[in-house]
Amino acid sequence: MMKSWFKSGAPWIWLNAAAVSASLIMIVGVLGLVTVRGAGHFWPSQVTRFSYQEEGKQPQIIIGEKVDTSITPAAMAKSTGFKMADDEDTLVQFLIKTGNRDVTGADFRWLQERNVKEQSDPADMMVVERREWGNFYGQLIEVKESGKTIATGEQAWPVLQTKIKDALAVFKEIAHLEKKEIGAINYGLERLRLKQKKLELENRLDDAAKRQIAAEKAGYEDQYKQYQTQLAGLYQKLRLDSLVARTESGSTVEIPLAKVVRAFQPNAMSLFDKIAHYGTKLVEFLGDDPREANTEGGIFPAIFGTVMMVMIMSVIVTPFGVIAAVYLREYAKQGFTTRLIRVAVNNLAGVPSVVYGVFGLGFFVYILGGNIDQLFFPESAPAPVYGTPGLLWASITLALLTLPVVIVSTEEGLARIPSSIREGSLALGATKLETLWLTVLPMASPAMMTGLILAVARAAGEVAPLMLVGVVKLAPTLPLDGNFPFLHLDRKFMHLGFHIYDVGFQSPNVEAARPLVYATALLLVLVIVVLNLAAIVIRNNLREKYRALEG
Amino acid sequence: MSETNPINKIPSVMEKSASGYYQRWRLIKDSLARYGVIAGGIGVIIAVVLIFFYLLYVVFPLFLSATAESVSQYNVPESALGKTVLLEIEEQNEVAARFTDTGQIIFFAVATGKTILNEAIKIPEGTQIVSFSQGSPINEGAVIYGLSDGRAVIVKHQYKITYPNNVRLITPSLKYPLGEQPLVIDESGAALEKIAVKIGDDASTIVAKSAGKIRLSHFEKEKSLFADEASITRTDSVLDYSAADVTDILIDKDEHNLYLLGNGGRLGVFDISDKSAPVLIQELNIVEAEHKITSVAFLNGDLSLMIGDSSGLVSQWSKVRDKLNRFAMQKIRVFKVSDKAVISINPEQRRKGFMTLDASGILGIYHSTSEREMIKERVSNSRPEAAAISPRANALLVQSDDDKINFWKVDNEHPEVSLGSLWREVWYESYPKPDYIWQSSSANSDFEPKYSLTPLVFGTLKAAFYAMLVAMPLALMGAIYTAYFMTSRMRQIVKPAIELMGALPTVVLGFLAGLWLAPFIEEYLAGLFALLMIVPLAVMLFAYAWQYLPATIQQNIPDGWEAAILIPVILLGGWFAFAVSVPLESFLFHGTLRDWFKTELGIGYDQRNALVVGIAMGFAVIPTIFSIAEDAIFSVPKHLTVGSLALGATPWQTMMEVVLLTASPGIFSAVMIGLGRAVGETMIVLMATGNTPVMDISVFQGLRTLAANIAVEMPESEVDSTHYRVLFLAALVLFMFTFVFNTLAEIIRQRLREKYSSL
Repeated sequence: MMKSWFKSGAPWIWLNAAAVSASLIMIVGVLGLVTVRGAGHFWPSQVTRFSYQEEGKQPQIIIGEKVDTSITPAAMAKSTGFKMADDEDTLVQFLIKTGNRDVTGADFRWLQERNVKEQSDPADMMVVERREWGNFYGQLIEVKESGKTIATGEQAWPVLQTKIKDALAVFKEIAHLEKKEIGAINYGLERLRLKQKKLELENRLDDAAKRQIAAEKAGYEDQYKQYQTQLAGLYQKLRLDSLVARTESGSTVEIPLAKVVRAFQPNAMSLFDKIAHYGTKLVEFLGDDPREANTEGGIFPAIFGTVMMVMIMSVIVTPFGVIAAVYLREYAKQGFTTRLIRVAVNNLAGVPSVVYGVFGLGFFVYILGGNIDQLFFPESAPAPVYGTPGLLWASITLALLTLPVVIVSTEEGLARIPSSIREGSLALGATKLETLWLTVLPMASPAMMTGLILAVARAAGEVAPLMLVGVVKLAPTLPLDGNFPFLHLDRKFMHLGFHIYDVGFQSPNVEAARPLVYATALLLVLVIVVLNLAAIVIRNNLREKYRALEG
Repeated sequence: MSETNPINKIPSVMEKSASGYYQRWRLIKDSLARYGVIAGGIGVIIAVVLIFFYLLYVVFPLFLSATAESVSQYNVPESALGKTVLLEIEEQNEVAARFTDTGQIIFFAVATGKTILNEAIKIPEGTQIVSFSQGSPINEGAVIYGLSDGRAVIVKHQYKITYPNNVRLITPSLKYPLGEQPLVIDESGAALEKIAVKIGDDASTIVAKSAGKIRLSHFEKEKSLFADEASITRTDSVLDYSAADVTDILIDKDEHNLYLLGNGGRLGVFDISDKSAPVLIQELNIVEAEHKITSVAFLNGDLSLMIGDSSGLVSQWSKVRDKLNRFAMQKIRVFKVSDKAVISINPEQRRKGFMTLDASGILGIYHSTSEREMIKERVSNSRPEAAAISPRANALLVQSDDDKINFWKVDNEHPEVSLGSLWREVWYESYPKPDYIWQSSSANSDFEPKYSLTPLVFGTLKAAFYAMLVAMPLALMGAIYTAYFMTSRMRQIVKPAIELMGALPTVVLGFLAGLWLAPFIEEYLAGLFALLMIVPLAVMLFAYAWQYLPATIQQNIPDGWEAAILIPVILLGGWFAFAVSVPLESFLFHGTLRDWFKTELGIGYDQRNALVVGIAMGFAVIPTIFSIAEDAIFSVPKHLTVGSLALGATPWQTMMEVVLLTASPGIFSAVMIGLGRAVGETMIVLMATGNTPVMDISVFQGLRTLAANIAVEMPESEVDSTHYRVLFLAALVLFMFTFVFNTLAEIIRQRLREKYSSL
């Protein structure tokens, strides 16, 4: 029975089917893992108060969020150095995020379940998100204004919320002044300096020019002084208020509201509150700048940088990809040359991405960029303008990298267009170009779109080459801003994929940064999955359409 | 196609029409577009060729040999002031110094030989200089003069660079670092026949031979916390060593080791860490009996002695740790420099290179690590007297005994790399044996860079091997099933889903592998191995049981949905494997499997290891292989399979005997392309391994691949340095590797396509 079953080959078919199932489980598992971990990051978790007593030590109170639980069998726990009683089968440990890095020096600690005497979730537990030192966990005692207590007990909480709102408004104003206005002044001054140097190099720096430059400079400086006084006033206003809170150990801590991003009491929140909180956190994540060495706050510059890079890349890659595909399908005689081109396309697709990075760095940045600097920007030497990694070179490098994607996809689209359409157009007297431009290419446009979408998806996820040609962990300015010429192709930029690598592996506090990395990964995966699905849908529609045409 | 284009013949008709200009414009546009498109198509080939040649262009200078050209020749400046004992050039190759045996120091212009400054050192009246030695060229050019009354004078020569009127001006000067007063080395007043000095920031050591004894004097500056003045403590000792034949004395830069060379080839090595009680640690003969030592010098870093002998050999001796962890001098390598005696060895000051001169006036420049002979050239027709190499090793001076000085410029940018040092085992300084090491940079300047690509290539292949081990069975089996057995409805979902898997950014996969998978596997190692046995077993059991299920259930689920039914089975099996992991480990291995491997088999466990990389990169490679292999199997012409089935073969037999055989070239090319992807993958290996360039086949050890190495080191390497070019070489190796695989795969696929269309 068994023998004949084996002979029929059925078990092997089942095993092959299992390989497909395993692959599907893996992909769903990875997507699920990223989704759960990433999306869970913004949900406010309960803050628990533990009475904790280690053997032979004083009991203590520990406040924090439970992040992880680990269960170790007794034998294993013993081998790693824990004392285990005979009747204990397992050692249960909790990883608690205790925050208060300024007080205790560490964000996280492990608690053993057996030492937890009591645990509860009191409603008045407060979480304060700060601009420095990570989260604060504790109880609110009072709110102060210029050192005087203005609210305690029950009233303190609502007062604190309005005060925080005011402080945030002031903070926003300060950020606007510092980044936008003063940033523009600095940029203007730098341009003036370069202008002066350029005139000097060309020997055209006469008295009139000097006077003009001095006048402009004085104008900027006046403006700067104005902003400076304005800023000083705002800072003074910001520093007035503070809150006083009690930590787990019972000591009181005064936190100036200037350092507070938000304060909330997760245990007292209703479901609706939690959803609202989730929403604000999500908006912050997508729209704000990072804080605390990228481990907190938003990832807006990374999103922006990725989008900019991908857009510039698209502008470059689409024409070249389409032209190459048109050549392969419409112009070239099928033979040795097309074979050679196909080999070249496949090689372009197969060359490791980091090799593109090396090529981009050496050829684009140092050779092209270096020469551009010598020719057009002699005034800024020795500081390089285009002779250093930046947005333009990153985009060009990725355009080269994604070229095969566009070629292959467009070519497939062109191949599906029935030749009767071309022949009809030619028979009516149109030239080859007109046939292409007016009939073939418009029909193939969904295929080009597919190729472009796939190229964008590939570029958005690529990191290795970007590490060499222009991505940085923290870019002080966006590549697009209000200062002439608005689009700064020479600037370095931030990128979602690199952000994941950098925060996940290079940051000083990996444990604290991990949820944010998961959230970033989720965003990136989401973008790429959506792009790919869109490409698949467009391609399928296209196939249907041509099938109808041929029929 | 262009020849067959009918439009080309239209113009003659068109031109006669009223809108002739417009028609001509149309045709011009048409042909312009044609050339543009052709250029665009050919551009793709150009891009690939450009990448290749650009990489080659950067790498190429590594393998060029050095060149030297004579710039000028002039008479020895102030030759009346005594014989040259030392020549020196300063960093900018503008000013050189000639030290004479009479205590004169003549600074002269390197290019013309014109004297710039002439100074005599201050020695007490009635004494003569009997010995001379150079401290260390890096130590701001300190030299020491041993006097006939047992005293010694230390002088430093310095160069100050100023820019009056934006023109560089180099001003030489002399300085007495331990005071102008000569130091008493031998109290009895005997002449210091041989002398050596090492000057450090806080401590200086002088060793001298006088009256048949070797004396050591050590001066240590002690700065008290509050006083600005430093007090100097002096320690003296006399070495217990028969000094009669000692010709050369060398002290290393840490002032921990003292080397005494005897005329007959005897080398005595002293440990002088304790300056009051030097210990003789080794005494040996370093040249063959019939030869004599003719020159000696430290290689940069003072870890190796270069010994030139009368037979024209230069041997490198270095302190090597033996099995008992004791240090002993050992001969690391030998250079055959000439047939004549090697009369001078000048080390380069920033690299492990050195310059030799033989008795007949032939100059050689070598590099010790790469064992390359960079230059061999006759620089004088008679016996050279003195020579100097500039600090940047780009110029040299040779004085021949016809009282001429020759100034040569040297172009020697990348001596550190040779095919041997890139691919073969190299015996690096202070390593116990020759080894493959990648260690490209370090904080200090006298570091010996170790550019062996072998461990990186090894790491690359190791990672690719484990990835293919994971990916190949899953992808190929999956492709077979999807293309041939699966219903088309399920195939429409499965194929895009697996292709989506390929679109996932590798940085996300690497991040998950490094921060989630690695700790997970560390915890459930036994579970992973259990998984490999339990899941296939569960599948087989389920499949066997399936045929005994009631016919109603079987009919409800037609053939081709097996993969969907198996998902819960595999999930259950997987869950079971990990659930029993921990109890299994404590039961079978009394603790963790990791510890068991360590204690029983001696296999260490890194958290981020080849296993993690294999799984993560396998995940990334599966879609590549799957997609191409599936296409190849799916497009096997239907009449072949139908014919086979009609002849009575089972579906499985048809699959194995007909379909796979026909599609095998396609499957092969799928594997090739997958391998190419695994070899070049960067982010996953960067994040999921410890990036340690070790050569260890163990699946539980980390690795470093070529690609990850480039990503890590490229941003920090200096443009056009040897390191930069070696990284380009790594990129070129990757490029060639994938080029071969991809071209092969593409050619095979093109053939296959033709075959299918002819079938």
